[in-house]
Amino acid sequence: MLNYIIRRVLYAIPILIGVNLITFTLFFVVNSPDDMARMQLGIKRVTPEAITKWKQERGYDKPLVFNDGEEGFAKFTHTIFFEKSAAMFAFRFGRADDGRDIAHEIKTRMMPSLAIALPVFLLGLAVYIVFALAMVFFRATYVDFWGVVLCVALMSISSLFYIIGGQFLISKLWHLVPISGYGDGPGAIKFLILPVIVGVISAAGANTRWYRTIFLEEMGKDYVRTARAKGLSENVVLLRHVLRNAMIPILTGAVVVIPLLFLGSLIVESFFGIPGLGSYTIEAINSQDFAVVRAMVFLGSLLYIVGLILTDISYTLVDPRIRLE
Amino acid sequence: MKELFKYLLASLVALICACSGNPWNSPYPAADAGKNILYTAFAERPKHLDPVQSYSSNEILMTTQIYEPPLQYHYLKRPYTLIPLAAAKMPVPEYYDKEGRRLRDSADAAQIAYTIYEISIKPGIHYQPHPAFARGEQGAFLYHDLTAEDLAGVYKLADFRHTGSRELTAEDYVFEIKRLAHPKLHSPIFGLMSDYIAGLKEYSTTLQTAAVAQLDGQGGNDYLDLNSYPLEGAEAVNRYTYRIKIKGKYPQFMYWLAMPFFAPIPWEAERFYTQKGLAEKNITLDWYPVGTGPYMLTENDPNRMMILEKNPNYHGETYPSEGMPEDMQAGLLADAGKPLPFIDKVISSRDKESIPRWNKFLQGYYDASAISSDSFDQAVQLTGQGEATVTEAMKDQGIRLETAVATSTYYMGFNILDPVVGGVTKQGRESARKLRQAISIAVDYEEYVSIFANGRGIPAQGPIPPGITGHREGEEGINPVVYDWVSGRAQRKPIEAARALLAEAGYPNGMDAKTGAPLVLYFDVTARGADDKSGLDWMRKQFQKLNIQLVVRSTDYNRFQDKIRKGNAQIFEWGWNADYPDPENFLFLLHGPQRKVGDEGENAANYSNPEYDRLFEQMKNMEDSPERRQIIDRMVDILRHDAPWLWGYHPKDYGLYHAWYRNVKPNKLSHNNIKYFRIDAGLREQKRREWNEPVLWPIMLGLIVLAGGLAPAVIAYRRRERGAGIRSRKSEIPGARGGIA
Repeated sequence: MLNYIIRRVLYAIPILIGVNLITFTLFFVVNSPDDMARMQLGIKRVTPEAITKWKQERGYDKPLVFNDGEEGFAKFTHTIFFEKSAAMFAFRFGRADDGRDIAHEIKTRMMPSLAIALPVFLLGLAVYIVFALAMVFFRATYVDFWGVVLCVALMSISSLFYIIGGQFLISKLWHLVPISGYGDGPGAIKFLILPVIVGVISAAGANTRWYRTIFLEEMGKDYVRTARAKGLSENVVLLRHVLRNAMIPILTGAVVVIPLLFLGSLIVESFFGIPGLGSYTIEAINSQDFAVVRAMVFLGSLLYIVGLILTDISYTLVDPRIRLE
Repeated sequence: MKELFKYLLASLVALICACSGNPWNSPYPAADAGKNILYTAFAERPKHLDPVQSYSSNEILMTTQIYEPPLQYHYLKRPYTLIPLAAAKMPVPEYYDKEGRRLRDSADAAQIAYTIYEISIKPGIHYQPHPAFARGEQGAFLYHDLTAEDLAGVYKLADFRHTGSRELTAEDYVFEIKRLAHPKLHSPIFGLMSDYIAGLKEYSTTLQTAAVAQLDGQGGNDYLDLNSYPLEGAEAVNRYTYRIKIKGKYPQFMYWLAMPFFAPIPWEAERFYTQKGLAEKNITLDWYPVGTGPYMLTENDPNRMMILEKNPNYHGETYPSEGMPEDMQAGLLADAGKPLPFIDKVISSRDKESIPRWNKFLQGYYDASAISSDSFDQAVQLTGQGEATVTEAMKDQGIRLETAVATSTYYMGFNILDPVVGGVTKQGRESARKLRQAISIAVDYEEYVSIFANGRGIPAQGPIPPGITGHREGEEGINPVVYDWVSGRAQRKPIEAARALLAEAGYPNGMDAKTGAPLVLYFDVTARGADDKSGLDWMRKQFQKLNIQLVVRSTDYNRFQDKIRKGNAQIFEWGWNADYPDPENFLFLLHGPQRKVGDEGENAANYSNPEYDRLFEQMKNMEDSPERRQIIDRMVDILRHDAPWLWGYHPKDYGLYHAWYRNVKPNKLSHNNIKYFRIDAGLREQKRREWNEPVLWPIMLGLIVLAGGLAPAVIAYRRRERGAGIRSRKSEIPGARGGIA
């Protein structure tokens, strides 16, 4: 297994370089270093000298990918792409265009993101599985029928509606929790209740249906018939046999997102005023802060790769037949 | 596990406590209830809080509460009037000729070689407590030589245990002026000020050289001791007096002295913040200001919250005892002579979305709110006389509306370098002028303001907004090219007048008289969402009145700026917000030598008229006088005739305030106003509880419905389980057929 993991980690390097290159290309197709300087220096009274100075200080005065003025290897290394990318692989994210340290920002914003994403993930997983099992248990009854109808209805509504509707009902009309904001330590709990509820409900439709499909597929297999033939009760069949065998596809979807929980949610954080990494990314895109966008895309790719490796490892844990060679 | 249990227990206790004394939906700790705190919100985090760099309005809202430049605007008087802040008295400019001889105040501007502003500050002003001033028993600074070990447990400024202070001196003001040219800082006004402050441009080169030499010699120490490098244009005369030398005459310089760019910075702060390791923790002067003002920034988490608290070392100031006649009636002079500031703490929370912001205002968790288009109808209604007032629902909550015309203008510009709207030959320029005039009549800004700005604006008659010298009201203030004065009000000329002008321009009925081709014009706008589509459709219709086809070229803001800079746009929309209340700050936007193309100036229309430019040069150096006003009138007449802009409109700002928020008078140029505000915290607490009683019945109802819905399922489950049991027991009987449930 160790060899397998090492191989996967090595595969990750060209993937990360590729992602970095694509991000770089996409960003600089739309923006030039001059645009970035103007964005940071403001609208009023920006002189060409100020733009030149800003670019020089941040290393954006060099050519993008090929430096004709240099000799040898320096033609490639004395470029914006190389200088900005090489440091990333050493996890030196540098400074945002507004001067703030990106690594420090990531560290401080990771916890608020996690404070929402983790409960949504765990609670969501539990709720979706319970509902899916209930629908399977009562399959072909009114519970199953109306459950599916409800799932389709939940899937059809935009996530923005859940946020605005949740804020309107729970905070504005019923005055039960704050509409938005964030607190330190235990003080954060009252701010998290609403986004967690909204997060769980907004994804309930799709996930419950998906899990239901997985369980139904398992229900048709021979071992279930055998279990029933043994005279086991339906709940034992479901919880002890079907659930365990359905863990592989569930893990595929669940474990891969665990590392990404650190990155937070773009819309939820923005609407609920959570100072997490999701809102950090959105702000960076809006303010054309390439340093932050690049760092967040790099981190996202890295965590995704970690998630895939963890998924592979988890297969071996839930299914002894699988070996990672 | 034990830790986790303790944490959960603490969380539960905190939750219960939070719910006990406070409304459940309160975003603030119960301990803050009833305290003299002002609650505000901000959507976009400030980029810079270093006074030499901050220029955006959201940054200045913060810096002006902390820093004290020598002058400020009177809070209540209109027109806007400068008064001393840290200065002991208003400085009087002294004029000198080339030989250094003092000239009379009325001397001709051409004779004046330089102007001296000698500014005396009040003695006894002290800085807020700050670690940069902290000294040990031996008198040495405690935190000026920090090592990596010293910084190990430091994450924010408050982690430094010791603080100190010292008296404000004239040297601190000089230090800040020198910082305008600092090679590591990007002051947006450096370019402008280097044209006026003697030696500032050369000083920048000196500092650049010194910084490079220091970098080579000292292994990268960032601290550049500006006190070692004298600047010709700024020097301290004594402990409390400093002198600024301005090239020629620049009367508008007094207004700059009311901006944070000219606030004091102690050298100790620069020395402290430039130490290695602090920037990595985001501890910089750009994020933790050091000032002498009524407030100090005690918490700066721009992702979540910024907190200003009373500066314990504040030198004191009193509420103004003079104002406008209507101020007495409005109760704005009730606190006359009382010591400032009234509010102990200001908590600004970050709320990026307008819906939560608005709802929190309605719940009493923010003390004031702007009005977005979405909530306009809910908040504001128009009386029969067209006057805006709050709706009944708002009135019931005690919310009041304050309005003020902003010292801003939104306009539609024509690129005069464009052959169609600007012209190339003399005849072409004349045709283009008539075309621009025709469009000026056709685009109905009264309708635009009514539809798209909810009536929040007044159609502009020229570039100068109300409240600025040179703006004229009534018949003498109308633009005769676009309006007639009918029955005591300005009335837009009929569309026939525009059609006639269009025909004179060579486009009868919107067709080119020479080629017969339809006239197509191009409107460059920044990338718009679906919300703006109606506005652009409306604009097309305005041009359609003249049978002109308007093609909208939408792009992102960077490309738009690029087009403007290169002169590739034909018609565009833009705006300007006043730096100071002088017409020069608007009229320079059409000054020929300040064109975008070629001069990199702010004249985006690339307009140039020799007569206008001559008058501008004459006017800009004059003190306010009837003669100057005549020149301004003449300049505005030229502009109206040439119509390089569609004058657009001046926006009107609407603000909603709760009943407990007092002493509010909108002041569009002065931003250091928090010290004047007053909060009735008791009333606020009472209203918050009244408005935010938790409603529990929906939860009960939900639980009942859920239980009711599940009950048949549970019964069915039990029946099935029992059935399976019976069947399975049957299956144990030899010969019986087993069933599968």
